Amino acid sequence: MMFLAVALVIVFTSFLVLYRAIAGPRIYDRALAVNVIGTKTVVLLALIGFIYGRPHFLDIALVYAIINFIATLAFLKYIEKGGLD
Amino acid sequence: MIEIIIALLFIAGSFFLTVGALGVVRFPDFYTRMHPAGKCDTLGQSLILLGLIIYEGASFVSIKLLFIIIFIFIANPTATHALAKAAYVAGVKPWKEFRQEAGEKCHLPCDSKTARLAPTLRYCGRGDKK
Repeated sequence: MMFLAVALVIVFTSFLVLYRAIAGPRIYDRALAVNVIGTKTVVLLALIGFIYGRPHFLDIALVYAIINFIATLAFLKYIEKGGLD
Repeated sequence: MIEIIIALLFIAGSFFLTVGALGVVRFPDFYTRMHPAGKCDTLGQSLILLGLIIYEGASFVSIKLLFIIIFIFIANPTATHALAKAAYVAGVKPWKEFRQEAGEKCHLPCDSKTARLAPTLRYCGRGDKK
């Protein structure tokens, strides 16, 4: 029950940050909001693993954290240099 | 006793996540928005995952959770730093408001004396304005 409450709080804050991802005036605001939502999703995946009693979700959370970090850096490099070469 | 500690950690983590999301929504500039995104999120997530570690006890799952905490503590400020550097290189101006224009709200105590002291500052209002 406690896990479900924390998961609902995380979903609510993700929707708050999604406003900034939609209405951000610059591309950097959107990149920042997407990064924040991704790092909230890591905790949400861990909580889902505890709610349903499946610890394999932690592997998904770890991989998602790594992918989120690399995706942010690749996105910034793509904006800054116009390509990923 | 352990459940009280877990509940306190969860409440603190949820508080930090909510405050960070409010800061990302409400702050006036990109560089000020980076402050809640870099700090509150890292601390809130680490507190919630620490609560999960205490709930689980000493096992293989808690070691995985500890790895996630360590990775978030390294990666999240690095991503925020890369964002700030990319925005600074691209020429995003920081948020300043000193001079009061007609009909616009000014947060700093600015009157004609302040405007005379700083005549080169440009605009007053939200930082996203050009």
